Amino acid sequence: MDLTTFLQNCVTGVSLGSAYALIAIGYTMVYGILRLINFAHGDIFMMAGYFTIFAIANFMLPWYIAIPFVILATVILGAAIERAAYKPLREAPRMSIMISAIGVSFLLENLATYLFTGLPRSFPKLGFLQHVYKIGDISAPIVTFITPVITIVLLFVLIYLVNHTKMGMAMRAVSKDYEASRLMGIEINTIITITFIIGSALAAIGAILYFSPRPMVYPFSGVMPGLKCFVAAVIGGIGNIPGAVIGGFVIGIAETFLVAVFPSMTGYSDAFTFVLLIIMLVFRPTGLLGENITEKV
Amino acid sequence: MVLKKSTKYILTSVLVVAALVLLFMLDNGMIGTSYTVRIVRLSFIYALIGVSMNLVNGFTGLFSLGQAGFMAIGAYTVGVLTIPVDLRPNVYYLKPMAEGLANVEVPFGVALLLGGIFAAVFAALIGAPVLRLKSDYLAIATLGFSEIIRAVIANDQLAPLTNGSLGLKSIPGFDSIFIPVIISVAGIAIMALLIKSSYGRAFKAIREDEIAAEAMGINLFKHKEMSFAVSAFFAGIGGGLLAAHLTAVDSNQFKIMVTYEILLIIVLGGMGSITGTCIAAFAITAGKEWLRFFDEAFFIGTWQVPLFRPGLRMVIFSLLLMAIVLFYRRGLMGTKEFSWDGILHFFLRLKRGIMRLGKKPAREVQ
Repeated sequence: MDLTTFLQNCVTGVSLGSAYALIAIGYTMVYGILRLINFAHGDIFMMAGYFTIFAIANFMLPWYIAIPFVILATVILGAAIERAAYKPLREAPRMSIMISAIGVSFLLENLATYLFTGLPRSFPKLGFLQHVYKIGDISAPIVTFITPVITIVLLFVLIYLVNHTKMGMAMRAVSKDYEASRLMGIEINTIITITFIIGSALAAIGAILYFSPRPMVYPFSGVMPGLKCFVAAVIGGIGNIPGAVIGGFVIGIAETFLVAVFPSMTGYSDAFTFVLLIIMLVFRPTGLLGENITEKV
Repeated sequence: MVLKKSTKYILTSVLVVAALVLLFMLDNGMIGTSYTVRIVRLSFIYALIGVSMNLVNGFTGLFSLGQAGFMAIGAYTVGVLTIPVDLRPNVYYLKPMAEGLANVEVPFGVALLLGGIFAAVFAALIGAPVLRLKSDYLAIATLGFSEIIRAVIANDQLAPLTNGSLGLKSIPGFDSIFIPVIISVAGIAIMALLIKSSYGRAFKAIREDEIAAEAMGINLFKHKEMSFAVSAFFAGIGGGLLAAHLTAVDSNQFKIMVTYEILLIIVLGGMGSITGTCIAAFAITAGKEWLRFFDEAFFIGTWQVPLFRPGLRMVIFSLLLMAIVLFYRRGLMGTKEFSWDGILHFFLRLKRGIMRLGKKPAREVQ
């Protein structure tokens, strides 16, 4: 592998990793607060892809109106799912909430198949994002270069939000101790809804950035990225926002280089993510940045 | 009010004989069509797979989502080993089958057993790291492994063994409906006996409280591993039966959706109820066939009813899963099993309810 190919792969890997990072943040925040793997998150991401298709290809909106529209629609979907499927089960056993999350995922996949047919739909070109740009010998669409920038900016905004605002303080309190923060007068349900809103908005941005360099969206195109991003969140330390971003980068870069260095392994690139997960869970179950939590009886 | 033991035996034997007679008549084409036979066969196979998943999820309290992968192992083992040797060049037309295996053909029973064993061995191997995880990590890890199995099977590097993404066809089917029925019933019976044994009580203890169970001297890892491997064994058998039922397998049949459908079955039947799972397996499998009209255009006169088009059926099934989880979390049976006393009590309650409806409401006491 010469230097140009290496750099080209670096750019692709970092870009893929930053899209993963945006989705992984959604998983990590929801898990931090509800202790729930939001199985539906990958499908919310897929729906955001379809919303983009509708906004641009069907409604002919220009990209600067389409993007806020997609984010808004995804946020409404995410918050509605939380209200309808997770809120009634706050006091239920963990397994019930998890089944409910799987049910939502099952529903969204089937609903997408029903509404948009199972055939893949081509993802529209988002104005300037698709123009090929060259830095030295490396060429890629502009979206590949700006994805990491957007991710880092959003990460800092989010860290500020969580660490320096009253709402962020409430979020941290809820994730530390659910009951106690309720007793301290924190509106748990509002905080949880806000968490879902942030997660869904990031998933929508992630979807636009992830699907732009790819040709197709189909009803199951959220499953694999969804699982991988959960793995990313676990690798970074679940509940930890910068950790999720690091995890996303690790998986995106590792996956890109696996395919680049061993082209014969392409079929196993999805499997590789789970091998990483198992290695991580066996040797460092709290993730790279996670804290140790001892189980109380 | 409790029924006498002899009455229960009589009722049970009547039920079994009636089922046998019905199956016999189905098998000889006296009632139903070949389509009905297919549905009944499929229901029995799904009941077996459902109970195998319930063993881990409902009885041991481990949230495992790897069933589709274990089914794939069983299905491909049966497929690879039972396709008649002279038909193989037609199946493996892109890449010939591996030298060592090309002429190996074993009877269905042996292949089925091997499929189960492979699935169980694989489960035991991945169980070692995976079963140490907490509930939700376990779900993701098993889901991940199930996808890995699928990816490996579909990979073209394994084409000499699995025929890659082309899938397998020309798998010999069943001669009689009794083959899948007997195997499924036997499998369910073995799992029921296991659950009734001291191992089963240990499983339930782990489900209720892991730490307390460990304090009582139950070896957590050993029991979890056992439950996981037995479950995978029967999922493999179920997958093998499915391969013979369909006479063709394809790695796309073992996507996560399959696991979700089985999850729907065990949630509907009740997590922790074998009979509930069996009833739900029949209801869901038959329901999926009968509700096919949702997927077709539907006309009243010349007016086409909107909404009726491909995909609606599965939307309804996913809404059903959501509805059960949200409003009826126990499912049909909860953790109870079917019993004649239960039926009797149900009817008594129904009778009392009807009588109460018939009477005038009692005057309110001041």
